[in-house]
Amino acid sequence: MTGTTLDDYTDRYARRVRGMTASEIRALFAVASRPEVVSLAGGAPYIAALPLDAVGEMLNELGARQGASTLQYGIGQGTLELRERICEVMSLSGIDVGCGASPEDVVVTVGGQQALDLVARLFLDPGDVVLAEGPTYVGALGVFQSAQAQVVHVPMDADGLIPEALEAAIADVAHSGRRAKFLYTIPTFQNPAGVTLSEERRERVLDICERAGLLVVEDDPYGQLWFDREAPAPLRARRRDGVFYLSTFSKTFAPGLRVGWILAPHAVRDKLVIASEAQILCPSAFAQAAVTTYLTTMPWRQQLKVYREIYRERRDALLDALADYMPAGTSWTRPGGGLFVWATLPDGLDAKAMVPRAIAARVAYVPGTGFYADGTGAGHMRLNFSFPAPERIREGVRRLAMVMEQEAAMRQVFGAVGRGPVRRRGQAGADVPGPDLA
Amino acid sequence: MISGMGTDSPAEPPRAADWPAPPPREATADLRVLVLAGGLSYEREVSLKSGRRVLDALRSVGVEAELRDADATLLPILTEDPPDAVVIALHGATGEDGSLRGVLDLCDIPYVGCDARASRLAWDKPSAKAVLREAGIPTPDWVALPHDRFSELGATAVLDRIVDRLGLPLMVKPAQGGSGLGAAVVRELSALPAAMVGCFGYDSTALVERYVPGMDVAVSVVDLGEGPRALPAVEIVPRNGVYDYAARYTAGLTTWHAPARLSARAAARVAETALAAHTALGLRDLSRVDLIVDEDGQPHVLEVNVSPGMTETSLLPLAVGAAGLDFGELLRTLASRAALRRSRT
Repeated sequence: MTGTTLDDYTDRYARRVRGMTASEIRALFAVASRPEVVSLAGGAPYIAALPLDAVGEMLNELGARQGASTLQYGIGQGTLELRERICEVMSLSGIDVGCGASPEDVVVTVGGQQALDLVARLFLDPGDVVLAEGPTYVGALGVFQSAQAQVVHVPMDADGLIPEALEAAIADVAHSGRRAKFLYTIPTFQNPAGVTLSEERRERVLDICERAGLLVVEDDPYGQLWFDREAPAPLRARRRDGVFYLSTFSKTFAPGLRVGWILAPHAVRDKLVIASEAQILCPSAFAQAAVTTYLTTMPWRQQLKVYREIYRERRDALLDALADYMPAGTSWTRPGGGLFVWATLPDGLDAKAMVPRAIAARVAYVPGTGFYADGTGAGHMRLNFSFPAPERIREGVRRLAMVMEQEAAMRQVFGAVGRGPVRRRGQAGADVPGPDLA
Repeated sequence: MISGMGTDSPAEPPRAADWPAPPPREATADLRVLVLAGGLSYEREVSLKSGRRVLDALRSVGVEAELRDADATLLPILTEDPPDAVVIALHGATGEDGSLRGVLDLCDIPYVGCDARASRLAWDKPSAKAVLREAGIPTPDWVALPHDRFSELGATAVLDRIVDRLGLPLMVKPAQGGSGLGAAVVRELSALPAAMVGCFGYDSTALVERYVPGMDVAVSVVDLGEGPRALPAVEIVPRNGVYDYAARYTAGLTTWHAPARLSARAAARVAETALAAHTALGLRDLSRVDLIVDEDGQPHVLEVNVSPGMTETSLLPLAVGAAGLDFGELLRTLASRAALRRSRT
């Protein structure tokens, strides 16, 4: 009698599958989709702000009038029409013909996530090192883990990535005999930290990477979602070589269409297309046509302004509520755009351990542990402000403050028990909700 | 070697023929069943999985079944279009603390499983353990304390006393709750405060229990019309030694032996104990009794679940399979028996 594990494939999985286990933290987020819970845990844009009737009509037309092409296969690189529109979008932030941006060098992807995966496929061998901000985007950690790469985090402050820390990390990696392939960075309105790499540091970071022979993978989903002033020009607008620029329409139009892109150095472009064809054959023709038509016939620049207005109001609601309710010893970032605030808890509080208590109090956030490859970051939490209405945000923060006070009282009773285990067994995604949570 | 396990003749798994036949399909042709899953508990995710599996199983045997969350839309539906019976696949407070059963009673809608009073009793582990002990059913020594007592009396003093009395290792778990959430085995005194804090994240009262080493088994009890009977015990061997959330719900991380690798004598003793617990707590239709079989073959009841998990990796469906029964037919039988309860009143 041998028993059953209910999984006959256990000894056949690839190594990269290790750690893909059920997660109690992730399961707790299941409740966050119920309306009783104020979710500050999502990362979804506020789609209700789109002119949904007009968009719906446009999608109808695409099927009815252009179905023969929009429901057909397309080319691996993505349609030229869309790539031209993408160049127009990039020129808003200064990535234009002057710095070598051409539709020829754009590869359309299934969201920014596929763009990341393609870069990983092209450049990462098992054991290679990726440098990334600490904390960083959980979806990138998942991609790098799948590629069996090691992530070395580089700390940030209010001005983004710290150049001296980047230099030190590069030296450490070299000293250990490992090979760092690229710096993965979200320099503008970073997810999850909400900070922006300052103008002056952008040049220094680029210089450091150039000197070290390190590629730069610049992920820029939020650059157009600025609230107070335009964001500094992307890294790619400053260097045409050595920088891969990744972006998406998920935050500026609609994530349901899953359309993103990479602007890559010329030599790499063809390899990206081959890799993408091997992966997905071609991006959705219908989704590409939808984005192209949206950018051609609808007031998308105006829509960006609408999003900025809504998110600015919500960010202000979040910052005001934090100032009004958070217990002493809590600090947080003040994003000039994007979707997230990063909060640092008073000493001794553990954001991951606190999740069940928060769920019971009907508020959800993402513990900082989801944004570090090694599961550190328990002293922080990511708060989203793009989806909940301002009064809900305020109520959520009120509940959160209560939870933190209860947790602090509890910890005081039992003495300094410290934070939970620093090392996480599974993937970073185990500590964050699924992509469907608003 | 544990004397109760595998030393004499192994337990003979019962054959399906030993069990009463399910009602004829025609008898349930018009049966309409509502499966409740989701809810606002920590176990929402697990419950949704249980609910979908129950739904599929009922439909596979021709029962008209529908799945719903326990939310603001539920009562209007129960009033306007009442089902013949409800299967509660809600885990955690709503499904197991008796409150939802009370609401179903208010609506005169029969459901599979025990009534509100018994559910409330079984859900609160310390209360259930007290009843079990009074009935002479072995359960590990315990103390249950709300967090307020620790702040009033001083955590260190109370914890020291607990360790003096119950020894180490200890099991710490929320007084109410399931899926191993907030539970921890504590092997050293220094780890106890952190375990308490982790536990109090899930509940305001902690159950601290003497840890009994041995074989982890779960015995599902079902009543298909001939009184409650035990299904074959399922033995749980988590790969990492801890049956935590990941081990419970990730196929491949735990080896389940159904039936458990127990001698016939030990298996009979385990079954008797599970049945005694089911009866002592006044349960009905189905339950799952979690036990430890110690090195002398003595079973100790850890807890009793009135809304056991029904997911792909859950113990009750494994036991049903080990008994040679069909999961869908079992649910059809239970639902049709529940539906009769309304007709009778």
